[in-house]
Amino acid sequence: MSENVLDLKNLIVRFYTYEGIVEALDEVNLNLRKGETLGLVGETGCGKSVTGLSVLVLVPPPGKIEGGKAVLQTEKGNIDLLNQDEANLRDIRGEDVSMIFQDPRSALNPVYTAEDQVAEVFLQHRLKQLCNAVLDKLERETQDGGSLKKLANRYEKWIFQKMLKNPKSLSLRVLSKIPIARRYQRRLKEETRKEVIRVLGAMKIPDPERVADMYPHELSGGMAQRVVIAIALGCNPRLLLADEPTTNLDVTIQAQILELIRELREKFESSILYVTHDLGVIAELCDRVAVMYAGNVCEIADVTDIFKNPLHPYTQALLESIPRPGKEFKSIEGEVPSLINPPVGCRFNPRCPKATQLCSQMKPKLVEVEKDHFAMCHLYPGGSK
Amino acid sequence: MSAFLETRELRKYYAIKGGVFKRKLGDVKAVDGVSIRIFEGESFGLVGESGCGKTTFGKTVIRLLEPTAGGIYFNASPEVMEEIEQLESSNKNPQRLKALRKQFDLSTFKGRKLKPIRRMMQVVYQDPTTSLNPRMLVKDIVGEPLMVQKLAKGVERRQRVTEILRKVGLTERHLYRYPHEFSGGQRQRIAIARALVTNPRFVVLDEPTSSVDVSVRAQLLNLFQELQKDMGLTYLFVSHDLSVVECISDRVGVMYLGKVVELAPTAGLYREPLHPYAQALFSSIPIPDPTKRRRRAPLKGEVPSPINPPLGCRFNPRCDKAMEICRREEPLLVDVEKGHFVACHLVRG
Amino acid sequence: MGQRLREFKSGMEPTIHELRFMWSRVVENPLSILGFAILAFFVLIAVLAPMMAPPQGPDPYIIPRGSQFDEPSGISATHPFGTTEGQYDIYYGVIWGTRTAFRIGIWVVGASLIISIAIGCISGYYGGVIDELMMRFTDIILAFPGLILAMALVVALGRGLDTVLLALVLVGWPGYTRVVRAEILRVKSEDYVEAAKAVGCSDLRVIVRHILPNSIYPIVIMASLDIGAIVLSAAALSFLGIGAPEGYADWGYMISLSQTWITNLKYWHTFTIPGIFIATFVLGWNLLGDAFRDVLDPTLRRR
Repeated sequence: MSENVLDLKNLIVRFYTYEGIVEALDEVNLNLRKGETLGLVGETGCGKSVTGLSVLVLVPPPGKIEGGKAVLQTEKGNIDLLNQDEANLRDIRGEDVSMIFQDPRSALNPVYTAEDQVAEVFLQHRLKQLCNAVLDKLERETQDGGSLKKLANRYEKWIFQKMLKNPKSLSLRVLSKIPIARRYQRRLKEETRKEVIRVLGAMKIPDPERVADMYPHELSGGMAQRVVIAIALGCNPRLLLADEPTTNLDVTIQAQILELIRELREKFESSILYVTHDLGVIAELCDRVAVMYAGNVCEIADVTDIFKNPLHPYTQALLESIPRPGKEFKSIEGEVPSLINPPVGCRFNPRCPKATQLCSQMKPKLVEVEKDHFAMCHLYPGGSK
Repeated sequence: MSAFLETRELRKYYAIKGGVFKRKLGDVKAVDGVSIRIFEGESFGLVGESGCGKTTFGKTVIRLLEPTAGGIYFNASPEVMEEIEQLESSNKNPQRLKALRKQFDLSTFKGRKLKPIRRMMQVVYQDPTTSLNPRMLVKDIVGEPLMVQKLAKGVERRQRVTEILRKVGLTERHLYRYPHEFSGGQRQRIAIARALVTNPRFVVLDEPTSSVDVSVRAQLLNLFQELQKDMGLTYLFVSHDLSVVECISDRVGVMYLGKVVELAPTAGLYREPLHPYAQALFSSIPIPDPTKRRRRAPLKGEVPSPINPPLGCRFNPRCDKAMEICRREEPLLVDVEKGHFVACHLVRG
Repeated sequence: MGQRLREFKSGMEPTIHELRFMWSRVVENPLSILGFAILAFFVLIAVLAPMMAPPQGPDPYIIPRGSQFDEPSGISATHPFGTTEGQYDIYYGVIWGTRTAFRIGIWVVGASLIISIAIGCISGYYGGVIDELMMRFTDIILAFPGLILAMALVVALGRGLDTVLLALVLVGWPGYTRVVRAEILRVKSEDYVEAAKAVGCSDLRVIVRHILPNSIYPIVIMASLDIGAIVLSAAALSFLGIGAPEGYADWGYMISLSQTWITNLKYWHTFTIPGIFIATFVLGWNLLGDAFRDVLDPTLRRR
């Protein structure tokens, strides 16, 4: 399993609401291999978004992550994200794991320009490189100008060397507030801007200099989403979480963004966990697919296998319910259950056409039924091995 | 066959005001000259991306919005329509035209005259969470049209409400509840019940399945078809979801930047779209079948602003087959073969 | 997300369930319980006033005087809180002053609400020239400092508690109107309002049945926070001598009586006790207003 970038084991998340405790995630098991795109598909309320948020430990209250492990493979070895303190998590977010959200307009802060927001990622995680770049530039300018300039040059060199050693030092924090002394920030901004423009260009944004100075409300949906992706990929994280990034976009813009994601993942070799409810996007983009229902992962398989040979009754019903012209519309009987008092045993059993007595008594386990094709269903008791 | 609903050069502009004295700076030309016919009992699909004007068109047609120009004719006899056409092209008898318009053209109706229209033409919105008053009980939401239109009172009203709820798959138990207690699919059913309780003839469905899950989508589509047969409804199905429209519509129109660029029976249109935009649009839909992955280059650029649409054919800046004439002259929507209309200089009838 | 629906048998149950949910949110927060407790305490006093401090004259609001001495006297058996200048019994004054305070608060805020909802609805719903005119009119009134304008009105119209009420209403309604109008503008563009029009609802019905019920909450919050402020303003006017008439049971008036004795610690009870009543009353309403805001804040609701 050392080739897994992300390994979720028995993840449990509960929401404590007035109406009761919502068992949002019920021992979710998932793994994401290096360089692959895993699609996480399911309907409203199945817990796919919560799964994504759990990886970043960003589940909003009244939700609580109450069990399981989220093991991320980093350069420093495998770490359990659920066991880290905030400071470590801050280092990891943006650097090793990034997320892009559904609504680009609300993922961007309306009072900051695109440049400011993309720069934030670099300032957080690439400060050393930026300082070194500034110092190089200052070296080259050491002999220029009159005595005042030379003084400023020495001062700025001192500041940036201090920043290299200890960015959070008290003196830096004080100096950054004093009017003339804080002019060194301009140098930093220059270097950061270069990086920002580079990243925006990599997102195929036409005229990145102009776009960098725009505010989110001036950007169209597709453009805004590209900025969000730029923020996410700025530091080349090994894991990218995408929570329905194209659902709110027009079909033609969606096609552009999907094409962009395809190119970028080749270039950056990222592993992507792509959450969506759109089976078409899954088929276009993903290598493997995990199907979720009511807080459980009920099937994981290669994308071709899932569509050709769905094993779990829910997956089968889901694929059949895709509207096809000329054919009758097949829907799934019943409704998604309330997760406050979820059905006993297999959560799909009240709606399952193949349910048996056992299904309403005991919860099945996720087993490997065929090669690399897992299903959680009593129809496949021990898997075929 | 006469059209159940016909629009003639329908336009809806939104004025942009600015400056100290709120002068008019320009117009957002949301719908810019749409002339189509919808026949009784059919399901007419209207597709396009955001900003193309399809929702505005749907709402204008049932007079939720006031048209800026053009005519809307609902259930007018073929003789009347012929006369109007003649009068419009010949310009001979303006008084007669005006009188006819006052009688048949919905765009001239105002105030109280519109009330009976509201009974006949209804709308189902995209998001059932925002289209239902969160502080009203279901029985009041569905009963309100009957009350306002003075169609039923007391026991009779309650019966009709229960009846329509049953038709959409809900029960009496649901009368005394607030919308937020239901799932998305159920809320949409409540919205459908509200739209149909007055027995309308024409219903605009504005992206009714976009906010619900795939499995519920199928339920709703079945419901729409059943209700159409049962109550003799004519649908205008507005959506950006091309696969859903393919399944439910008899004919489909494709809109771009305020105009209809192609209109045809569903099968023919989806099999072979003729307009370059329609072609790009259809090839952008992700197909739920990994063996059929497309590698066609996506359409470049973005939709231009409807304030200043490009000169000539509106699609020409993004069209890779654009010719000289496309930049000068706007193509007309013409019938190129058996009810298949296209507005493109490349395709001639 | 699908939920198992509860079985409701009548029309009232869903409303009751909603109210119970709101109550539970209120009770969660200790400060809001404190607010409720304080107000419950004051309501009790107001209701039991005739029993706690039996009136001794035709008008119960006139504080009985112990004697004709000017100087106040301390706490004693006959005067549990002592007396203030002119020998007015403080205990009687603060008890009946509670009724006065409630009267002022509820009347002023109630009248302001009615006016502001009416004007705000018309202004927000119809927009256009009417809106512009009304808003500029409210701007003019808002340009004046509230208390000073109120003072001017009271002086012009003649001293008395009723005039104070009128003046505070005239000064207060513009503030509410803006909030009402803002909420109406927000709700006006919601789909269900358009749907109501699509069904053929008259403007009046749309406003009353659809827009108002969904926009009322911020105003409720503002009103409850305001009652405290109104009572303070009325107290200020009474303190300045242009509010309650002589001998009236009004907290502000009682403090005005002890003007000369504020620096004299011997008679601290003459201004401290009415002061505590004012402060606690205002605190209670403020906490209540905060509680409402927490409960009714749509972003915190679990829907």
